[in-house]
Amino acid sequence: MQSLTNRSRVVSKKTMNFWERIYLPAIFGGMWITIKHFFKKKATLRYPEETREFSKVYRGLHVLKRDENGAERCTACGLCAVACPAEAITMVAAERKKDEKGLYREEKYAAIYEINMLRCIFCGLCEEACPKEAIFLTDRITPSNFERENFIYGKDKLVEKIDQRIDVSGRQKHITEKK
Amino acid sequence: MTLALIAKIILVVAIFVLTLAVAAYSTYLERKVAAFLQDRLGPDRAGPWGLLQPLADGVKMFTKEEFIPAASEKFLFILGPGLFILTALMTSAVIPWGPALVIAGEVIALQVADIDIGVLYVLGVVSVGVYGIMIGGWASNNKYSLLGAVRASSQMISYELAMGISVITIVMITGSLSLNEIVGQQAQGTWNVLKQPLGFLIFLVCAFAETNRAPFDLPECETELVGGYHTEYSSMKLGLFLFAEYMNMFISSAMIATLYFGGWHFPYMDKLGLGPNTLAFLGFTVFFLKIVFFIFFYMWVRWTLPRFRYDQLMHLGWKVLIPLALLNMLATGAFSLLF
Ligand code: SF4
Ligand code: SF4
Repeated sequence: MQSLTNRSRVVSKKTMNFWERIYLPAIFGGMWITIKHFFKKKATLRYPEETREFSKVYRGLHVLKRDENGAERCTACGLCAVACPAEAITMVAAERKKDEKGLYREEKYAAIYEINMLRCIFCGLCEEACPKEAIFLTDRITPSNFERENFIYGKDKLVEKIDQRIDVSGRQKHITEKK
Repeated sequence: MTLALIAKIILVVAIFVLTLAVAAYSTYLERKVAAFLQDRLGPDRAGPWGLLQPLADGVKMFTKEEFIPAASEKFLFILGPGLFILTALMTSAVIPWGPALVIAGEVIALQVADIDIGVLYVLGVVSVGVYGIMIGGWASNNKYSLLGAVRASSQMISYELAMGISVITIVMITGSLSLNEIVGQQAQGTWNVLKQPLGFLIFLVCAFAETNRAPFDLPECETELVGGYHTEYSSMKLGLFLFAEYMNMFISSAMIATLYFGGWHFPYMDKLGLGPNTLAFLGFTVFFLKIVFFIFFYMWVRWTLPRFRYDQLMHLGWKVLIPLALLNMLATGAFSLLF
């Protein structure tokens, strides 16, 4: 039978000769290998001081984008929640008041928008579903925590700060190409 | 006399502290060596380079819950680790740590007790050492502990024989059981490892088995026996067991260096023309470096070789090492008779 990889070995049951039976050459060989690794470059990354380089299209912690005027883009259509295979997203919609034009782009907005980060599988389907380019995954990592409740991220954590915009151009391009 | 006595007391305390410190830092070294051999960095959070790690481990051990199983034999359960660490410490008494010091005209040997049966004493104390494991494992009233303890004792018996025989060859070529004398003769002539390479190899393998180090760590063998003889132990009692293991490693490294690598002797030692005290200091440093190397060697082997199966262990002990050691002894005897 043809093997799938070229790494298969034919098993042989030949008896060991004297040098193999006293094991010492094999032991020294093994020790030589390990001592070489002693001086090799280490693979460890000293996280949090050092971080890995992320891919441009890394799927990490979500962000709810604002438009160029600083108004939230999400219109609480619920498509993301429908698309989400993990059912991680919940939201409560509300109607925009007259004086809130600068805050929300559409007439309907999400009063509550929550993603449960313990449920989320970071598949990115929510951003694909979104008609308003409101939700994106970023190259940030969800920080660890001791309490389950703290993994339910509300708008306070998800919506980007006006003065600290988060660059999602990489994912944006990726998704547009996909569509 | 008083000076000698004070010096002895200082020496005892110093060796005690040294043993503890070396054991503590062996745990750190073990983790570092393991990490480096596996392309990792190892502990580096506690202090610079993680140097305070042993301290953190100690605090952890002390503050953990102390647990004594209800079905255990309480007295023996507590006695076990104590006995183990006691015997681990006792061996250091006969090891010559360096050439003699001369203070105010008095010669002070850097050895707690220069008894003329030093080798015998070491073998004796080491074989008592297994009682700590045995009592601890048996008193736990747990089948894994008991299996670990049984393994430890039968392993000790099997390897002590070969070890003893290979030491006998050293005694044969030295003509003395005193460790001081053994080192002294190596300082005059050549190191024993050159005269007894096979004996050294046997001794080394047996030393690994006696200290329960990988590849002979069957008494604790996590993959089969949970934790082996210390499965039921927690808190500092577990700490003592682990600690004593490192002490044993330190002492047996010291024994290897003493018996086969000239103890405190280094080449051209007497040609340097230094005073006795400088020489004592240098000798001690060299001895210590040798010990550190062997501790490193222990770890190097541990992180290279897989564990033996128990029948392989017994096979190696009884059918390979003992006949080899006997053969080596006979050959040495014949050699010294003929030449
Ligand atoms: S990334 Fe996937 S799992 Fe996470 S919220 Fe979006 S759709 Fe749901
Ligand atoms: S994030 Fe997008 S898909 Fe989800 S509710 Fe808002 S607008 Fe709709």
